Amino acid sequence: MSATGIGAPVRRKEDFRFITGKGNYTDDINRPGQAHAFFLRSPHAHATIKAIDTKAAAKMPGVVAIFTGEDIAADKVGGLICGWMIHNKDGSPMAAGAHPALAQGKVRYVGDHVAVVIADTLAQARDAAEKITVSYDVLPAVVDMNAALKKGTVQIHEAAPGNRVYDWHLGDKAAADAAFKTAKHVVKLDLANNRLIPNAMEPRAAVGEYDAGNDALTLHTTSQNPHVARLVLSAFIGLAPEHKLRVIAPDVGGGFGSKIFIYAEETVCVWAARKVNRPVKWTADRTEAFLADAHGRDHLTHAEMAIDEAGKITGLRVSTKANLGAYLSTFSSSVPTYLYAPLLSGQYDIPAIYCEVEGVYTTTAPVDAYRGAGRPEATFVIERLMEVAARQLGQDPAAFRKKNFVRKFPHQTPVIMCYDAGDYNASLTKAMALADVKGLAKRKRESARNGKLRGLGYSAYIEACGIAPSQAVGSLGAGVGLWESAEVRVNPIGTVEILTGSHSHGQGHETTFAQLVSDRLGIPIDNVSVVHGDTDKVQFGMGTYGSRSGAVGMTAIAKALDKIEAKAKKVAAYVLEASEGDIDFKNGHFSVKGTDKTIDFGSVALQAYIAHKFTGAQLEPGLKEGAFYDPTNFTFPAGVHICEVEIDPDTGVTRVDRWTAVDPGKGILMSRWPPWGPGRH
Amino acid sequence: MATVTMTVNGKQVSADVDPRTLLVQFLRETLRLTGTHVGCDTSQCGACVVHLDGRAVKSCTTLALSCDGATVTTIEGLANGTTLHPMQEAFRDNHGLQCGFCTPGMIMSAVDIVNRKGHDLDEHTIREELEGNICRCTGYHNIVKAVGAGAKAMAK
Repeated sequence: MSATGIGAPVRRKEDFRFITGKGNYTDDINRPGQAHAFFLRSPHAHATIKAIDTKAAAKMPGVVAIFTGEDIAADKVGGLICGWMIHNKDGSPMAAGAHPALAQGKVRYVGDHVAVVIADTLAQARDAAEKITVSYDVLPAVVDMNAALKKGTVQIHEAAPGNRVYDWHLGDKAAADAAFKTAKHVVKLDLANNRLIPNAMEPRAAVGEYDAGNDALTLHTTSQNPHVARLVLSAFIGLAPEHKLRVIAPDVGGGFGSKIFIYAEETVCVWAARKVNRPVKWTADRTEAFLADAHGRDHLTHAEMAIDEAGKITGLRVSTKANLGAYLSTFSSSVPTYLYAPLLSGQYDIPAIYCEVEGVYTTTAPVDAYRGAGRPEATFVIERLMEVAARQLGQDPAAFRKKNFVRKFPHQTPVIMCYDAGDYNASLTKAMALADVKGLAKRKRESARNGKLRGLGYSAYIEACGIAPSQAVGSLGAGVGLWESAEVRVNPIGTVEILTGSHSHGQGHETTFAQLVSDRLGIPIDNVSVVHGDTDKVQFGMGTYGSRSGAVGMTAIAKALDKIEAKAKKVAAYVLEASEGDIDFKNGHFSVKGTDKTIDFGSVALQAYIAHKFTGAQLEPGLKEGAFYDPTNFTFPAGVHICEVEIDPDTGVTRVDRWTAVDPGKGILMSRWPPWGPGRH
Repeated sequence: MATVTMTVNGKQVSADVDPRTLLVQFLRETLRLTGTHVGCDTSQCGACVVHLDGRAVKSCTTLALSCDGATVTTIEGLANGTTLHPMQEAFRDNHGLQCGFCTPGMIMSAVDIVNRKGHDLDEHTIREELEGNICRCTGYHNIVKAVGAGAKAMAK
């Protein structure tokens, strides 16, 4: 290992600019002649738009232009898309309504985009928006999924009868039903997984630019995946072909999934920049983030577990309603289906699983991927069931889990996934020791003496990460492949640039990716820079979400580094006048086996570029390689959390006494200082 | 328009501003000091914290005009030339940041906590005092460590 390689306690390379105020976030970008956009949003959850009068607003100081859905339609700007096709139980495709970037004829949630005002300053745009008169015919709001699905409820989209987007299922219903028929115990549970709002610290922002000389557009935006944004804006929304559209995502201040998606505001800014022939900037305020960022979760679930006499789980039936909001956001359809049901087996050996999911339109903000996306929802279902089942059976919840853990790998679950490896028993055993579960009874008695209640809960989770094998997800309805690309450019003096299609929104790729290079090439991380977040610099990539940047993005880099090493060995062989098969590469040095002839990596790089030691017929000069990596399976990280709380029954005040987590794996970037100790947080 | 004059990071600056201009807008847009961030525009998240006459304030809810004649320090003015402030160094050493968006406000608040509460800060005090600063990445653990370490380093 090099001093700055994998597992080294290095300082993060990106931190200097962040701690000195020199970061470059989208809202920090200002372009000459820039105008500002303000979006007039619907105050109603559901209404038809009778008329929009912009005359008075257009006369306000500083106003450059006002656009509505009519202008978007007239310019044939395509609607926002949902990139994952889900099929119903009967094989028919899901029912998706249109999703225009500015509302056309109807608004469907509070915050829906009615008009955009573009003015010299943001204050002027806001002032002018107040002068726009919109006549609405207010329709009933439908925010509850059960109400939305009730017969006779008002229709949100004509294309989706009964407000049902899809009625999907996974697993073997007959096998699951059979397990329940012969079960000794059946445990039933109704769960609500509440909606939440992602709230990255940095609000979404966009600066659209038009270069009239080259008829080219640029969008600076808060994106976890700028290439996906360019693909959607080009191929589906139709703003410009890919070679005429550059998407730049500079420093991104958190995303948690919410910055994966292609939203109305970013689309309108880059479209409007061409219309007004000026850069157009928009930055969400926090109110807008609450209204119009894609939300997360929002499930209603009924779940049942069948258990035999020996306490072994024999079957699982899960029925979930998933609130998708008023429009289908970019990957929304996949989250409560293929990112959810395949994880319902948890860490347990369950022979039969059947899950059905209804995707529901409501007059609420769109719901899409958020932190874990579907998989935490599955963990919540299975782990609540495990806890309730153990209590109903009068068993210790840890022992009940241990009895049902998957013990042999690879393990094929009844719901798609094939777990490659794991030792769930070891994680739980270690977590129990760290949490001193044995001492709980004593602590409980102490709490009781003080008039307090005490208890602990377990969560043994598993995720499918490293998203994802392209062919597999394609067969499940994904509109894209989920490989990753990397390019390694070695400069003549031996410094290295890594171009990656992953993009950091806080994960520290500039450091961890450099550590991989340091590890492989034996050069310090200071000699490595990571280039990402710009479609003009990085050829293509699928971005950062689904815990994929390490498993998929870094593997692409590793593959490219394999090619670099192979090419460098050829160069070294010419320089050292040895045969290629006799060249070893270790700790940043090439050497000839069995001799003391050696040359360092930087010198080989220089030789690759000056190309004096070989002819063009023998070897191509230069040292630059690329790779696309498509994983063959998901990764399946799994671990255990144990949380012990003390509750004051008089006041309800709950204190977390100890929270223990065991999360096996090798750290890439390790802490520079020892932690404060286990069980603290 | 109205004229406002203040000393920002040791330099006197003067500009004509719309009277409704907020201090954070003045810093970010007029002076192009973009290290101070707007996270919530409602005084809750603390990404916009700067020092106004030596005390931490939320610049997203402070009118620029109300700062006429005042002395303002932003994250850009905290380091002594190329030497980082001990609190900046502590955040870097303790991995007290991920996406970095809340970090300038965290550091400015942390320095203010030390100014008010001294150099020997326990975990409880730090957590309570950071109530007005929100981070969504780190879970605060390393931020609390950084503030404690930075506080000690500032005594040297």
